[in-house]
Amino acid sequence: MDHDRRHFLIRAGSAALFGLGAAAGLPALAATRLLPAASGHGAGNAVRWGMLVDMTRCVEPCSSCIDACHSVHNVPHFDNPKDEIKWIWKMDYANAFPDSGQFASSRQTAAPVLALCNHCANPPCVRVCPVQATFKREDGIVEMDFHRCIGCRFCMAACPYGSRSFNWRDPRPFIEKYDYGYPTREAGVVEKCNFCSERLARGRQPACVEACKNRALVFGNLNDPGSELRRQLSSRVTLQRKPELGTQPSVFYAFERGHD
Amino acid sequence: MIEKALTGNRSYWLWILFLLALIAVGAASYRDQLDYGLGITGMGRDISWGVYIGQFTFMVGVAASAVMLVLPYYLHDYKAFGRIVVLGEFLAVAAVVMCMSFVIVDMGKPSRLLNILLYPTPQSLVFWDVVVLNGYLALNIVCGWVTLEAERQEVPPPRWIRPLIYLSIPWAISIHTVTAFLYAGMPGRGLWLTAILAPRFLASAFAAGPALLIVLSALLKRVSGFDAGGEAIGKLATIVLYASIVNFFFLAMEFFTAFYSGIPAEERSLDYLFFGLDGHAALRPYMWLSVAIGAAAVIVLSVPRLRSRERYLVAASAAMFVSLWIDKGVGLIIGGFIPSPLETVTEYAPTLHEVLITLGVWATGSLVLTLLYKTAISVKQSG
Repeated sequence: MDHDRRHFLIRAGSAALFGLGAAAGLPALAATRLLPAASGHGAGNAVRWGMLVDMTRCVEPCSSCIDACHSVHNVPHFDNPKDEIKWIWKMDYANAFPDSGQFASSRQTAAPVLALCNHCANPPCVRVCPVQATFKREDGIVEMDFHRCIGCRFCMAACPYGSRSFNWRDPRPFIEKYDYGYPTREAGVVEKCNFCSERLARGRQPACVEACKNRALVFGNLNDPGSELRRQLSSRVTLQRKPELGTQPSVFYAFERGHD
Repeated sequence: MIEKALTGNRSYWLWILFLLALIAVGAASYRDQLDYGLGITGMGRDISWGVYIGQFTFMVGVAASAVMLVLPYYLHDYKAFGRIVVLGEFLAVAAVVMCMSFVIVDMGKPSRLLNILLYPTPQSLVFWDVVVLNGYLALNIVCGWVTLEAERQEVPPPRWIRPLIYLSIPWAISIHTVTAFLYAGMPGRGLWLTAILAPRFLASAFAAGPALLIVLSALLKRVSGFDAGGEAIGKLATIVLYASIVNFFFLAMEFFTAFYSGIPAEERSLDYLFFGLDGHAALRPYMWLSVAIGAAAVIVLSVPRLRSRERYLVAASAAMFVSLWIDKGVGLIIGGFIPSPLETVTEYAPTLHEVLITLGVWATGSLVLTLLYKTAISVKQSG
């Protein structure tokens, strides 16, 4: 370790010790800077990105969307479920929509349901993050700053959808093939689906949407009444996960109905 | 004054050495955790907080309980607590040091600790917890140390200390209220989403802290000859008794609301903890042990013939402390994650590394407590 770096670390260490004691004295200056994260429900903004998961078009066994997402975002693969990291995945209907679907058609409840971050308009994870490492953007996307996250995992406790994963160990050796279009992460930070904000910025659809050949994923602007997404939402019966919690998910589900 | 902690007999130094050894083992384990990541613990995607955050939560309560000595002594002029009020304040200091250590060892990126100060975020309860815990630490160090120094010099404490002592009383309530709010404000965690979480935290704190003080006083009497006084200990026992009864009453209220309403999200965590869920029941024996020894302690503490015998009193206090530790330090935190928001049951057990790090933090707290108590008792005995 060179001299300067060593010097810096010693200073930073003593500053940390001192800072811990001085915390009470610091002025609370954040209130105004919080606005994008704290202000309301995406109303009034031109764009609020959302998605419809059309389960009538989602076929088994297929994992194109999952593979595409996990490969472009360098999501590592761990065999131990304890260490697992997932941005989009499939699970049983009963787990995605607990305590519902009694007597529903097996066409609705039998197939595994796609789950991802709901990009809530009222996200509990954003509320609890002590450093604004997770925050809501103007366009409704709940984003992560991997470089600011302190790894306290408060957001994981707050998310009622289990959409967040923590890097319990160094993920890099477990990435099958690097994609240099997106950063890898380190051990000790939380990650999750970002609605492919890096692709949206370049005018592309999210990777999962692009990868689905059956067009089961409809992505669009919830604040644009003329969007394909809004047209589908107004013409069909759709569900959101756990709407009673007031999180206002931006991901919607449509299911096949009819007598078995 | 601290030089008084640097003299002691052989067993004093052996005890210090023992604690230092535990701290060293804990530090070595923590090094491994820093190298590997938090995956070295038993925590995982479903149970993302474990024994560290459980201990943190419990120790905040122990810290807050100093108010049970400060309030009667300073507001009601209850003289019997005069000899031990500083022991309560110093216990709070050691407990807060442990709280902070547990939070730091639980962080995925401890090197970014200062981000909490660089990006202060009042909408996050963590921000307020940092504020109140640091404030409480400072208040107790100052109040305890200044009054002890005055006692050493056989002069009355300076007048400016009074407002700080009065401030420490509501401040003690605030640390455990804010800590309860960390949990009680999250949607989708049925076990924590309850308005009586903060009152329940305070009730269990005011039972566990004084119970620990009774045990510590018995120990001090044996190793140093310092006698807290029968009246003070008797009053502490009364506080433990009523606070623990209130705590168990609150627990019963949780059962009523969950099971009479029949709302699954309210029921499931309690189901898991006390009866088992989907064939998983790893914590069930501990929860019932907690109830059993807690109930036994309530009986001993409420029967005058039993509680007046020191051996029974100390055993009952120790049992109550363990009972509340299981209830809050283990069941409440782990139980909040079972089942997961996706209705799956993943169980949790700490790993060896996790246990050693936890012991290291306990040893750190014990070391702080030992040095402070040694100083305080030397002052009191030389007077």
